[in-house]
Amino acid sequence: MFPTPIEKASRFVQTGYKILLPVALFLWLLPLIGVAITSVRPAGDLAAGNYFGIPSAFAGVENYTAVFRDSPIGWYILNSFKVTIPTVIGAVALSCLTGFALAVYRFKSNLVLFFLFVAGNFIPFQILMVPVRDMTLRAGLYDTTMGLVLFHVAFQTGFCTLFMRNFIKGLPFALIESARVEGVSEWRIFRHIVLPLMRPAIAALSVLVFTFVWNDYFWATVLVQGQHAMPVTAGLYSLNGQWVAAWHLVSAGSIVAALPPVAMFFLMQRHFIAGLTLGATKG
Amino acid sequence: MSNAVSPSSSFWKKNQQKLAPWLFLAPGMLMFVIYVLVPIFQSIWISFHDWDGLGEQVWIGFDNYVELLDDDTFYVALKNNLIWLVLYLLSIPAGLAAALFLNQTVTGIRLYKSLFFFPFVISQVVVGLMFTWFYAPDFGLFSKLTEWLTGEQIAVLADERFVTYGIIVAGLWPQTAYCMILYLTGLNNINPEQVEAARMDGAKGVKLLWNIILPQLGPATFIAMVVTVIGSLRSFDLVSVMTAGGPYGSSQVLSYFMYEQALSEYGFRMGYGAAIAVVLFLIMMIFISLFIVRMLRQERNA
Repeated sequence: MFPTPIEKASRFVQTGYKILLPVALFLWLLPLIGVAITSVRPAGDLAAGNYFGIPSAFAGVENYTAVFRDSPIGWYILNSFKVTIPTVIGAVALSCLTGFALAVYRFKSNLVLFFLFVAGNFIPFQILMVPVRDMTLRAGLYDTTMGLVLFHVAFQTGFCTLFMRNFIKGLPFALIESARVEGVSEWRIFRHIVLPLMRPAIAALSVLVFTFVWNDYFWATVLVQGQHAMPVTAGLYSLNGQWVAAWHLVSAGSIVAALPPVAMFFLMQRHFIAGLTLGATKG
Repeated sequence: MSNAVSPSSSFWKKNQQKLAPWLFLAPGMLMFVIYVLVPIFQSIWISFHDWDGLGEQVWIGFDNYVELLDDDTFYVALKNNLIWLVLYLLSIPAGLAAALFLNQTVTGIRLYKSLFFFPFVISQVVVGLMFTWFYAPDFGLFSKLTEWLTGEQIAVLADERFVTYGIIVAGLWPQTAYCMILYLTGLNNINPEQVEAARMDGAKGVKLLWNIILPQLGPATFIAMVVTVIGSLRSFDLVSVMTAGGPYGSSQVLSYFMYEQALSEYGFRMGYGAAIAVVLFLIMMIFISLFIVRMLRQERNA
């Protein structure tokens, strides 16, 4: 244990620590708390200059209703789901296959391919922007959620392959070998022996990819122009332009846009962190 | 299995082990080649052309790059990228400090850890809006604070001197949370016997941290370095949301500069944008290669 467990410290230090924790958390989340409070503030408060004081009344219902009624944010959220869910399914499915191939078989270009996927995962989006946009236009997928899905699936496959491959490497290889001796086909080994063991990796990747893709803003602005396919990140930004100085609406919109990944994180916390910290322990 | 094996299936049986990996790889590789590998080369090709995205591509050799060398905004962006890179690294020690602070077992600590991690889960667009509001002149909390401290308001995002730093602070918020979670996991897996032994020898505090703990946190630090360096050079969302590169281009970074040139309202300059992207790509390749070399070494040792 490092640092020294607090239980071993004096009573004074222990109490101090317990007081410091919520204070530090409050300061750390101050921007978020500010936005959350603003989202339930009546519009009149802002006009009166009451930006950071206690709201004069609770206007949460009005503000959130106004956001959904007067702006297409509900539609944007739906678009985000239409992009995110197929991407999660696609990228995780493809990377189960590629990860299996790179973890289980020995062939010459194995490591080269693996590091190609790893490197692809780190490159700047800008180097892909012009050709991918052009390709999407030509395919008639510009301004559609499908265009975004295809790109995200391809790009996330890089990260997911890295993850899956390392996960499968950690599984007992004897299992696969004994199945081969029995004459089980490679596909059945994958389907019936390895895939059931990959559940935790699939869960971890699903939440991670969900969050990454939900929060994507760059491609949402490059591959989409109109409202009908716009995900909530880009939508929120364009709404911000319309709601000049209506900070109570911007805040409510921000909270709405942030909610799905936050909910995902809280529901699947262990998987989320396991996925994110892959490789942070061994090496 | 029937005895009458057709020739094709016996071929399959003999070569199954050799063919299987390629069949498993095919769909993922195909997508990756189409959307990631080929576009890199296409971008390099386009960077030697004058192209508005619709008409003919006109070959102009290195003209885009020559123009770039004469473009003041390019140097501003380069300088800002460097500032981003250096300051973004602060999230590593900050994340370590936060992790050390939270690495206790008091009641409710799990919830605290999750809540500290919160900023990373939120979209950067939302983070950008939050900080814009935080910095807003006249009523923003930060402006109030500077007014109270110095008697003078600082409108961070409208001030050429501070704007880049203001955006970086917004970026450090989620990035620190990310590094924190990496270190918390690393701390969880530290060998307790070694720490105990070092304590017996009288090591404690900073000395213990430096000599015993940090070396064991090596893998976490490496990953934190990778994601932070890459993240700093990829900074796009915050710049776009908070300032769109302004005021007067003073908060430009290469990633946004490229986007602006290629898809600007003044006309699409795909070739010029591609040239900027190639420069950014080459800069990032330096880091990516370093990371890959190290990971390769690990892979060989494993």
